[in-house]
Amino acid sequence: MVGIAAFGAYLPRFRIKRKEILEAMAWINPSLWSLSRGEKAVANYDEDAITLAVSAIRNMSHESLDNFLKQKEKVLFVASTTFPYAERLNSAIVSEAIECAEAVETADFSGSSRASTSALIAALKQAASTESFSAIVASGEVRKAKPGSLDEAYIGDGGCALMIGTKNVIAAYCSSLSFSFDFPSDIRSSSEPFRRSWEERWIKDEGYKKHIPFAIDAYLRKNGFFPENFRYVIYPCRYEREHKAIARMLRLREEQVVPSLINKIGDTGSVHPLIMLCYALERSSPGDQILLVGYGNGVDVIHFEVSPEIKNYIPRVSFEKLLEINAPISYEKMVSFREIMPVEKGIRGEFQPETPMSVVWRNRKAILGLVGSKCRKCGLPQYPPQKVCVNPHCLSAGEMEPYSFSRKSAKIFSYTGDNLAFSLDPPQIYGIVDFEDGGRMMLDFTDCKLEELKVGMEVELTFRRKYHDAHRGIHTYFWKATPLRT
Amino acid sequence: MATGIKDKVAIVGMGCTRFGERWDASAEDLMVEAFIEAVEDAGIEPKEIEGAWLGTCFEEIHVGKSGIPLSQTLKLQNIPVTRVENFCATGTEAFRAAAYAVASGACRIALALGVEKLKDTGYGGLPDFGTVMGTLNRFILPNFTAPGGFALMATRYFAKYNISPEEGKMALAKISCKSHRCGALNPKAHLRKEITEEQVLKAPIIAWPLGLFDCCGVSDGAAAAIITTPDVARGLRKDFVKVKALQVACTSGEEMFTQNWDGTYLKTTTQAAIRAYQEADVKNPREELSLIEVHDCFSITELVTYEDLQISERGKAIRDINDGFFELTGNIPCQSDGGLKCFGHPIGASGLRMIYEVYKQLQHKAGERQIQDPHLGLTHNLGGIPSFSVCSIAIFGI
Repeated sequence: MVGIAAFGAYLPRFRIKRKEILEAMAWINPSLWSLSRGEKAVANYDEDAITLAVSAIRNMSHESLDNFLKQKEKVLFVASTTFPYAERLNSAIVSEAIECAEAVETADFSGSSRASTSALIAALKQAASTESFSAIVASGEVRKAKPGSLDEAYIGDGGCALMIGTKNVIAAYCSSLSFSFDFPSDIRSSSEPFRRSWEERWIKDEGYKKHIPFAIDAYLRKNGFFPENFRYVIYPCRYEREHKAIARMLRLREEQVVPSLINKIGDTGSVHPLIMLCYALERSSPGDQILLVGYGNGVDVIHFEVSPEIKNYIPRVSFEKLLEINAPISYEKMVSFREIMPVEKGIRGEFQPETPMSVVWRNRKAILGLVGSKCRKCGLPQYPPQKVCVNPHCLSAGEMEPYSFSRKSAKIFSYTGDNLAFSLDPPQIYGIVDFEDGGRMMLDFTDCKLEELKVGMEVELTFRRKYHDAHRGIHTYFWKATPLRT
Repeated sequence: MATGIKDKVAIVGMGCTRFGERWDASAEDLMVEAFIEAVEDAGIEPKEIEGAWLGTCFEEIHVGKSGIPLSQTLKLQNIPVTRVENFCATGTEAFRAAAYAVASGACRIALALGVEKLKDTGYGGLPDFGTVMGTLNRFILPNFTAPGGFALMATRYFAKYNISPEEGKMALAKISCKSHRCGALNPKAHLRKEITEEQVLKAPIIAWPLGLFDCCGVSDGAAAAIITTPDVARGLRKDFVKVKALQVACTSGEEMFTQNWDGTYLKTTTQAAIRAYQEADVKNPREELSLIEVHDCFSITELVTYEDLQISERGKAIRDINDGFFELTGNIPCQSDGGLKCFGHPIGASGLRMIYEVYKQLQHKAGERQIQDPHLGLTHNLGGIPSFSVCSIAIFGI
């Protein structure tokens, strides 16, 4: 059996109410007032498509992730339309962050909001032709929108990951069908930050409402199914009214249609079909048939059958829990975090030395994987990896073995909120954390307020962007501590 | 067992510029200012100097690397000149090198000069640690500054001894107010206004729990010492000052990489103090020391240093602060010249500036802030931040 063996979703902590965006910007585009409902998820300043994909992978059950990492043959596909790098394989950075051994097939999927379902089909088809196979298909999206645009009101940020394999399958792959159309509704050249869209009515009537029913209908006809055979039908559509209209066109009952989530998290682009699938899987029972649609310059239709294994799988963080962990963000902060509105950084904040890439390469396991060392003689974990043991009663040289820190529990040893250091979200909060199994690190903190921190508080680690050197087009990544909320 | 430096070298001349925002002065101007005072004080000719050590830390923002900035500025005639750097211990390191050169017989007369021109960066505070900790640390250390690094110690100290932020901040405020009272008496100090505890407590937060007045001045300045043997010194002046101890301690990484350290004290200061007292034959520092100049880059640093130097008991520094033990009129005046807090902190010059104050006090030339009958003074510098630090301690006597 080939299919989905695990899933994990991730939502950034911030939410903004659509109404707040419209209050700031609808003066330039009053038609926006028609969509003042709901809220959307907004990435922190230190999050991007890569970090959201990593966070989603880390939200799969630890057991599943460990099983994946143990596999000899591995595949890691990452999908996004907002990869930080056009050249430098984004999935290779994700691979280092989850400590994948180097024998892994990695690929980036991009180009449309269908990129994730295309990656999923590629992984499923490869699994069907290989005996022992394990793949992760992850997606992350942090899109920029022009202030006052429809995109600004609609788009949300998020991440999602699925594990594909032949063991412990919770939703078996049945078959799939794809169509490709050059339907140029939303376009963006590779050098532009913002999308431009053709008339909305055309996007709705000629796009969503024609292509999705057409593809689903074609799948049903080809395989001899009827709409009522499916427990859940999943298709992303940013327009609530059209989302409902498509259901009517397909003669689907309300309970068969997975909610669009647009008013909870926004339209998360390539992440969206996968995150809707997680929503459905968390509610599924063995035997349920699920039809998943990816939409964007064509349509992917993928059919799954939920297996009894579904009862044994719990992601590390459920979708409902992700919705609960939230904090408001202001409009001004949102556009500053996305580097849409230039803000005063001061001379201290402007200073950015060259990033030495040979150092990044040589230390990739320590930096991206947070791999330290453990002394074979005294057993002390230490970070960064040492050559001579730091334990004053040991001091052995050349006795170190690699030691992974990124999933270890830790507590705050000390902390501060620094108003002198430049931060896009001052104060810069950082501190020292002590790991339960030994080892100590000085780390930046994120997704928290100074007032909520206490010495001794439990923290977890999260993979974040360390800095963005916009002048040279360089994104660097490292780990931060965040209060344990999951 | 090493015999140590005690009584092997003497200071015969010192100079120190006014510290502050010296917008009109270059590092070269400051070096010359300190040097001329030192040479005139020693009563020697510059050509008698047989070796020189230049202490400067953030060299890339003023004079640049090597010993050449010093030799070229002072027109030293092809003598050995070496630049030394050890974060905030830089000035004392320059002094230590010159002292060792004299003690070894390599130089009859040596010069130690420290300088820092910090006010050409365009912003307040020191340059970030981001680029001065090596290439790997740029990727793995947080986006931290010096006040933040020391704030972590205040958070720990308050947590360990169960001190409320209000109580803790009040004790720290008393330290800063005391130093401001001394600074107001010192014509060479950067900050010369007295402040109130209320002002300290109401000041903007720099790095929680440290506020603006918990932080020292960031200043331009230079200081210099002329060092020779006691024999040569006797021929130059009667009131020369003798070196009793010179110790430096660097972290082994234990504080940062293991959980052995509780974050409420400086391991390097503690170790350097033990060795310095041994070298100087000080048995009971609380009774024997006449004055101390400690590295009060932040008020919390001064507080834990009282304990690290074995003057206050562990966890009991606040009691001594409340008793006025470290006031100018107290048992052991601390920062009689205003300290880093008010004299200012041009990194490379600071260690030598502290020695300058101890030297002047021991010679009874400290003017309005003169301490009664001092005989033994200690200087202390702390570089880095508490979790990875370098400490220098020096003791001087007559």
